[in-house]
This record gives sequence, C-alpha cells and structure tokens, in this order.
Amino acid sequence: MTDQSPDTIAALKDKEPSRPPRSQWIDVWEQLKHHKGALFGGGFLIFITLAVIFMPYIWQIDAQNLDIRNKDMRPIYVALWDGDAKVGWFRPLGTDNLGRDIMANLIAGGRASMAVGWASMILALLIGTSVGVISGYFKKADFWLMRLTDLVLSLPILPLLLVAVTLFREPLRASFGPEGGMFILIVSVVGLTSWMQTARIVRGDILALKEREFILAARSIGTTPGKIILRHLLPNVISPIMVSATLGLATAIITESALSFLGVGFPSDFPTWGKLLADAVQRMEQYPERVVLPGILISLTVLGVNYLGDGLRDALDPRIRGR
Amino acid sequence: MTLRSLLMGAVASATLAPAAFAERGADGEVNIIYWQAPSILNPYLSGGTKDIEAASLVIEPLARYNEVGEMVPYLATEIPTVGNGGVSEDLTSITWTIAPDMLWSDGSAVTSADVKFTAEYCMDPEGGCAQAAFFDGVKNVEAIDSLTVKVTFDGPKPNPYGPFVGGQSPIIQAAQFADCLGAKAPECTEANFNPIGTGPFVVDDFRPNDVIQYSANQNYRDPAKPAFAKVTFKGGGDAAAAGRSVLETGEFDYAWNLQLAPDVIAKMEEAGKGKAIAGFGPLIERIEMNMTNPSPDLPPETRATVAEPHPFLTDIRVRKALSLAIDRPLLVEVGYGKAGKVSCDLVPSPAMFASGDMHCATQDLEGAKALLDEAGWVDSNGNGVRDKDGVELSILYQTSTNAVRQDFQALIKDWWEQIGVETELRNLDASVFFGGDPGSPDTFQKFYADVEMYANTFNGTDPQQYLAAYRCGGEPKPSSQWQGENINRFCDPAYDKLIDELARTGDIKKRAEIAIKMNNMLTKDTYTIVPLVHRGRVSAHANSLGGVKLNVWDSEIWNAADWYRIK
Repeated sequence: MTDQSPDTIAALKDKEPSRPPRSQWIDVWEQLKHHKGALFGGGFLIFITLAVIFMPYIWQIDAQNLDIRNKDMRPIYVALWDGDAKVGWFRPLGTDNLGRDIMANLIAGGRASMAVGWASMILALLIGTSVGVISGYFKKADFWLMRLTDLVLSLPILPLLLVAVTLFREPLRASFGPEGGMFILIVSVVGLTSWMQTARIVRGDILALKEREFILAARSIGTTPGKIILRHLLPNVISPIMVSATLGLATAIITESALSFLGVGFPSDFPTWGKLLADAVQRMEQYPERVVLPGILISLTVLGVNYLGDGLRDALDPRIRGR
Repeated sequence: MTLRSLLMGAVASATLAPAAFAERGADGEVNIIYWQAPSILNPYLSGGTKDIEAASLVIEPLARYNEVGEMVPYLATEIPTVGNGGVSEDLTSITWTIAPDMLWSDGSAVTSADVKFTAEYCMDPEGGCAQAAFFDGVKNVEAIDSLTVKVTFDGPKPNPYGPFVGGQSPIIQAAQFADCLGAKAPECTEANFNPIGTGPFVVDDFRPNDVIQYSANQNYRDPAKPAFAKVTFKGGGDAAAAGRSVLETGEFDYAWNLQLAPDVIAKMEEAGKGKAIAGFGPLIERIEMNMTNPSPDLPPETRATVAEPHPFLTDIRVRKALSLAIDRPLLVEVGYGKAGKVSCDLVPSPAMFASGDMHCATQDLEGAKALLDEAGWVDSNGNGVRDKDGVELSILYQTSTNAVRQDFQALIKDWWEQIGVETELRNLDASVFFGGDPGSPDTFQKFYADVEMYANTFNGTDPQQYLAAYRCGGEPKPSSQWQGENINRFCDPAYDKLIDELARTGDIKKRAEIAIKMNNMLTKDTYTIVPLVHRGRVSAHANSLGGVKLNVWDSEIWNAADWYRIK
C-alpha cells in the first residue's frame, strides 16, 4: 500500500485559481459603475452629506444671525441681468426678509434634514428587517407580526405625527431640550411608521429562501436558527434591504419637510429645508430663489437617493449582474 | 330728534330705494374665508374672534357698534339713554325694549325671557363663561313684560352697554339652551354648533375647524335681506392662502384679518381681483408675561395657576428689561408697514382712552443689561445666560403660526439673547392656540409658556370690560375649565379697586383718566403686558362684493345682511 503513485495524489489536488478571488463587493462596484444614475445619485448624496457636515467650518456665518440692514438681498447671479439688484459677494445666495444668510441657512437646514433622514432610515431598517426575518423564519410569530404590520400600514402618518407632537413634546423637551426632543420625536415617528415595506419584502424573501437546500443542509448539521439567520439568510436578502433603506431616507426627508411646512415640528427659528421652503412661499414671486434653492436641494437629494437605490438593486442581485 | 330721524329716514329710503326692490337670496352664494377655523358657534364658550364672528351671522345682540363706533339698535327698538328714560337717573339700571315681531329662525317670537336666560347662562358660576366680563357688576336681569327687560347693576354703571351689546354678547334662545346651564354648557353640542338665531343666516351644516354652510334666514326681519341665499364660511389655512384666494384667484369673496407683510399684500393686490381694506381699532399686538410657573414638572392642578408664582418673571426688573430690549419701530417696519403703529398702550384707541405715552418707543439694550445687572441677574456660571440663585433666565416664547409672528419671534429672540436671556421659540397652529379647548395643552389660556404673543381687542368703544378682565381670580384655571380672560394671572387689589371705581364713574373725562391709570398699571408700571404694535386690521374683499363696511369696533361681518353682488 506504500507504492501509491504520486500522480493520483496530484490528480486530487485543486489547481491554482487562474485569477485571485474577487470579493462580492468588487463585483457590485463593477456593476454599479455602469449605472450612470446611481453614480450621480450616490455622488450627490455623499457630496451633500459631507457639505452639510463640513461647510459650517468654511462658511462661518451663523444661520440665525439677524442682519436687518442687509435684508432682502438677492443671490449674486441676479446681478447678471439686473444691475440694480441688491447683491454682494459676502452673501452669495442673498438674505431673507430679516437679513439671515440664505447659504448658512441652507447648510444648517441640510444638517437637520439629513440627520432626520439618516436616523429614521436606520431605525426603520432595524425594525423592518427584524420583523421581516422573524416572521419569515418562525412560523409561530408570522401571523401576529404580519397583522401588526397591516395595522401600522393603515396608520396615516401625518395625523399620527400631529397627535404625537401634542402628546410627547413636553416630556421629550424636558429631557432632551427643544431641538433634541423634537428630533427624537420626528425620527421615532417616521421610523416607526415606515418599516412595514421592508418587513414585508424581507419576509417574502426569507420564506422562499428557508426552503432551499443550503438551509436544509445547514439545519441538518445542527446550526442554530440564530446562526442560520446571520450567516445564510441575511446576506441573501441584503439587496432588498439596501433598496428600501435608500427609499426610506427619501421618505424621511420629505416627511420632515412636510411637517416643517405645516408649522409643527422644530422650533420656528431652527432651519430645515422644509421650513425654509415654507417661510419663502409668500414671497415666491419677488424672491423665487428662496423657494427654488431649498426645493432643488430636497428634490435632488431624494432623486439621488432613489437612483442610488435603483442601481444598488441591480448591482446586488448576482442574477442580473453583468447584463 | 324726531325731525332729524325723519330726515335721516327719508335720505336712507331715497338712497336705498333701488335696494328695496331686491329680493332675499337673489344674489346666490357668497364665500367667506377665515384662516382660523371656527370650532364652536357659541361666543359664550369661546374667546376666539373667529368663533364670535362666525356666530355673528346667526345670533345677534340687542345693539351693536357700526363702522364708526356708534351704537345702533339691532333687536332693540332704540338705544336706552338717560335722556329717553331707558337708563335710570342713578345709573344703576338699564331697560331695553325688544322690537315687536322679532322672530327666531325657527319661527318663534323673541321675548324678554330669552334675554333674561342669556344673562343666567353667562353668569352661572360653574359655566366658565368666556364673556363674563360683559356681565361684570350685573345684579339681576328681570323681564318686565314680554318685550321689556331690565338689567340692574350692583352700583352706578356709567357705561351700562356691556351685557347684550356687541358681537361678543348676543342673545341666545332660551328654549334651545334651557338644559345647557352651568357645567353642562360645553356638553350641548347640538346647541353650541347650530344655535337658533335672529341674524340674516341660519346654520345648515357646521363642521368644527373646517367649514360652515349657512342659508338665508326665512324669518329675518327685513324681507328683502339678505341678498345672498347661501354663505360658505371656510375656515383654516393661513393668512397668505386666504389673501390669495380673494385677491389673486377670486375663489372667495371676503378674507378676514390678512396678517401679512405689507409688501406681500401689495403684490397680491396687483392681480386686480379684489382690494385690501384697513381700519384702526384698539387691536394691539402684545407680549403677555406669565406671572405663574408653567414648568412641566408641576402637577396639572397647579401648573400655570396662581398657586405657583413664576420663578423670575415676577421680578419687575426682568420684565422691564425684556421690554427695553425691543425695537418697536423696526417691528412695525418689518411686519406691518402702513397697517401698524408703535404703541405702548394696552388701550391704544379710541384716542380719549389712550395714554399716548411712548416710553417704549426706543430700544435700550444697554439700559436693559444694566437693569438686569442691578437686579442681580448675572451670568455666574459662564454659559452665556444670566442666572440668579440657580435660576436661569431662560424663556419659552409661544405664539400662533403666522409668518409675521415668526419674524417677530426671531427678531425679539435676537434682542433678548443680546441681553443674556435665553429664548426658546414655539409656534402653534392658530386654530388650536386660540381654540380654547380645555383638553389641549397648547391654548393661550393655559399659557404653558413664559411669555406669549398675540393680538387682542375689544368690541365697542369703551374699554371697561376689556380692562376688567384683569381682575384677581379671573384667570383661566382648572376649576373654570381653563376659561377666563386674565391671561397673565395678574392680581393687584389696587387694580381691582380701579375696576370698581371705573364701573361707578359717569363723567366721561374722569372715566378716561381712570382707564389710562389702569392701562398704565398693566403696561408701564408693571410691564405685565408689553405692547408691541398697534395694528390696523386688514381684510380683503372681492371687487364684485358690495356693501362691505370694515368694522373694527364689532364683528367684522356685522353687516353681512347688507352685502350684495355688484353686477
């Protein structure tokens, strides 16, 4: 038995891979690169997030500073066609009717809007994914969790928010201050009312996945449900989760804007994009830029996020990848 | 007198001759928009102007004020005076005679029992009547016969035209409200939402905080009026949308109280669908100081009630400093333009009752800082906010949602922060803020804030009731269902004495003197009320709506019966 030929062993050996192995994320990037909308959307999102974080260190004018002598200034570009317009380089985007710098307000407003967007998106994602996974994997929990989802799905968000503002504003304000309290309130209500889509999509995918052979195999060697979920199920549903995450960000920004527009939400001197827009509506004809600028920022951010989500869905799905 | 009224009658009938041929309901429908939506149609249960004015189309007082501030009889035959024997020589009673054949919209006759009942309704101690100040000093109301009613006061009442005069004190039908006395008043939803009245219109459909449909009252006393068969009274939205709907798009015929920046209104008018009209009454935009502690840590029974004095606003030097820091001319320029004037008076008009004192007209930031230093309010812990004995000068400043008010808030916050007072702003939906709902924490009566800003005014030309609102004990509190007019929880026995003295004084010069003294006690002596701007009221009507007479002394739509469509 000692004279076994070395050839047999060589035949059993794996050949060296022809190329070094590629991680999944490189593949995803390769695919995403070809989606122009997603590139633009993602780029804009990163730009705007960085801008609202770092711009206040470059543009150091306080957004709330009133400078009544320089009120109602127009953006600098108005000088191109109207030589008499009140413009100045020290207020490149003009000032509002109380002399507050519009550029500083847009940056400060973006901070609030983006923070609300990201925070509620993460909250909705956590809840949605947990509910979806649990109800898809554990049959006993399915019925009740899905009825809960239906229940929350039927709640109208704006009236709910108005009630929540009345009920919880004071206790939250006492504990976290007026702006912090309102931030928590808006983030929780938006988060708590926008996880349902994610939950349903995730549940559907989990239901299909858990009948597949590789799950059966994992179970047969005694893997615990927790490990199966973490190792085998979650990586396979990451694509719908990412997509709903991007859509959730957009929804949260819009909901916050709608609330500010209605005059509830943050205190009146705390700028957010929605509030800037709402305050400017009355003078829309004389000073269109005050409506247009925050409006464009909201639209571009939401559009960018949606395109990014679209591209990510294509890129994350191995079956479409490369097409 | 008789010759004069005959002549007047002749002139009136000559000018009104074409209108006399008009037919009731011939002009179709008129659309009115109030950007604060009425939540009840019973003025006795709501202090809100929007509720009182929406109700004024339906229920009427015995007499009201016309557009120049003169009293005109409505349900009464004439205005009782000492001269015609209606007011007793000793000024302790007034006798009204109801015009004969006056009918309620359900066809029954208006009698003195209804008037008597109205007084009982508002004077019930458990009812928390919002217009109780009108019945101040009334000893009893008795029906002499079916059309004559005598109001007796507990002392000489030189201005006996409080009860049953003006849009805030209309007559309600005894039969309808019989079971609604006292604590049961707010429970009578059907009566409070669909009062039976004598006015030109009757309520067809009332949706609280939304829209009211009225149609012409078939039993209205003038068979040719009203010219409109239907009224749609839309509530809600904001002043800008209301202004636009009349001045720019023409969807509505009348928009109330356009509290908008002057440049905005001028721009809207350029569209040419309607015009803005203005009038200066006693309307004053002011900051009210809360003398009680609104801290959310307190239990609801004592929060913002006299049991808990305010931690720092009870210090007059703090209040004075807050007032000194405000630049009123700039506020006028930013917010109102021609529709506003700087004023330091709670009663800025009529001129006879106004002190005219301009102590507050110039801003003095340094003076304010010095005053706070002197009072011991210094920034001892280096956080940029003055404090004393561990109490920070930190103010919650609330008002209704309205662009001009938010601009004012931003400016005033800026000045207050400059003198080291931390300010937090809050704005609340106007329908809620002025709604008077005892269940909401956000009403101006509850005053769960340190200072609040709004405008208020009085009907008629005599400020007695208005000033009587600041009597000790008249404050909104849990036991009165948070109704009451002493919003600041001001209490000064000397002031109460002046209220009583004013109520006894007949000589008009002397009255003005006392009223000015009282005004000063609330404003420049104590800074309990910090007036900001004397506002003209700006409303707008469509070019096709005729007969509008902007009345700043009573309900703005007081003469809706005379409105017509210009063809």
